[in-house]
Amino acid sequence: MTEQKHIVIIGGGPAGLQAASGLKDSGHQITIIEKESTIGGKLNSWHKLFPEFQTANDISVYLINSINNSNTEVLKQTIVTKITRENNHFKISTAQNHSLKADAILLATGFELFRAEKKEEYGYGIYKNIITSADLESSFRQNGLKDLLLGKTHPRIGFIHCVGSRDKKCGNTYCSKVCCVTGVKQAIEIKQLIPHSQVFNFYMDLRMYGQNFEELYIEAQQDYSINFIRGRVSEIAENIDGTLQIKAEDTLSGRPLKMNFDLVILLAGMENRQDYDNIMDNNIKLSRSNGFIVPINRHVRPNETTIPGIFIAGTCREPLSIQETIADAKSAASTITEWINKQSN
Amino acid sequence: MDNNDFSLSVALAAIEPSFAWCIGCGSCTATCSAAQFTEFNPRKINLLIQRGEVAAIKQELKKCMLCGKCQLICPRDVNTRKIIQNLKRIMQ
Repeated sequence: MTEQKHIVIIGGGPAGLQAASGLKDSGHQITIIEKESTIGGKLNSWHKLFPEFQTANDISVYLINSINNSNTEVLKQTIVTKITRENNHFKISTAQNHSLKADAILLATGFELFRAEKKEEYGYGIYKNIITSADLESSFRQNGLKDLLLGKTHPRIGFIHCVGSRDKKCGNTYCSKVCCVTGVKQAIEIKQLIPHSQVFNFYMDLRMYGQNFEELYIEAQQDYSINFIRGRVSEIAENIDGTLQIKAEDTLSGRPLKMNFDLVILLAGMENRQDYDNIMDNNIKLSRSNGFIVPINRHVRPNETTIPGIFIAGTCREPLSIQETIADAKSAASTITEWINKQSN
Repeated sequence: MDNNDFSLSVALAAIEPSFAWCIGCGSCTATCSAAQFTEFNPRKINLLIQRGEVAAIKQELKKCMLCGKCQLICPRDVNTRKIIQNLKRIMQ
């Protein structure tokens, strides 16, 4: 039996919770540090998950219940201010005056939603009928779009794909990968809620990479008559009555188009969180690509960073779906257990 | 495509490497003032050159006013304006 070690998980979202769950029978002591007042992360504000419309809250509850164990401590509303390396362990200080000694650290810090107001030509934060995909999920959870559409029974609703992704002008050249299928899922949900709505999705490419994603896309076309227009929107302007005019090229017919919409949803991409780079001691330098943390080897060592003892799980490495994040966190938990066993021998 | 003329595509890519970055999203055409009123289509011009279909392009180029909005909007940062300027020069 190896001696009991202390594993500190930074981030109490799906990755952090699943990793804690995977480590709970390891015999080690676990601490989760979460900056918000609740654990569950961004999953808490999501309504349903692609591709099978699973209720996000059920997944949150499952993950939160799975960590209930006497050797796991959760520090909420706690912000890490410094991580330093001392001999064979790390010291973690927080703004709430904790000083923790950690044998291993798991960064499960997740992502930040692209701030859509940065793309001024789309008018987010300027015109009121433009929202993000995350705003739409909150609206689904609260009142099913009532506030947004003011009782319109035949609204025209547009989705703009790739907002803040594949876009050199805002510094993000990578694909956020989950927005395509989110746009298809949300378009279907709108048609279910408002059957007489007209829904148009403007895309550059539709990357239906996952199991049952393509089927969802076919369902959107066939059963819900959702219109897919291949063309990136160049700009959105507000009309005098509060409706919105979109400009795009329908690249398949080869003509520029203008269309009016009652509501426009921007499928905002994922960005890395770099706010904790400053808290790392000078001798701890994480390697980054597109801002996301680079593992030692993406194929065979995806959860190890170039700093021995610091591990990663979830979307701090790359954009991932919830399914992928949970699988990744399971992999991180077993990687950490193996690493600790190796250190002890 | 066997008999198409790819020399212009090669020459243009050498002068302005961003020519090759286009993903055909159509933002340039959507924002183009000339495209609103004529059949002008900057995305198609880029595509036709890449495909070696250069015969029809010369007349098309006269419609461009070199305003540069296409370049501002491009998510791949293709220097569309410079491409058209060079096309005009080469095809004179």
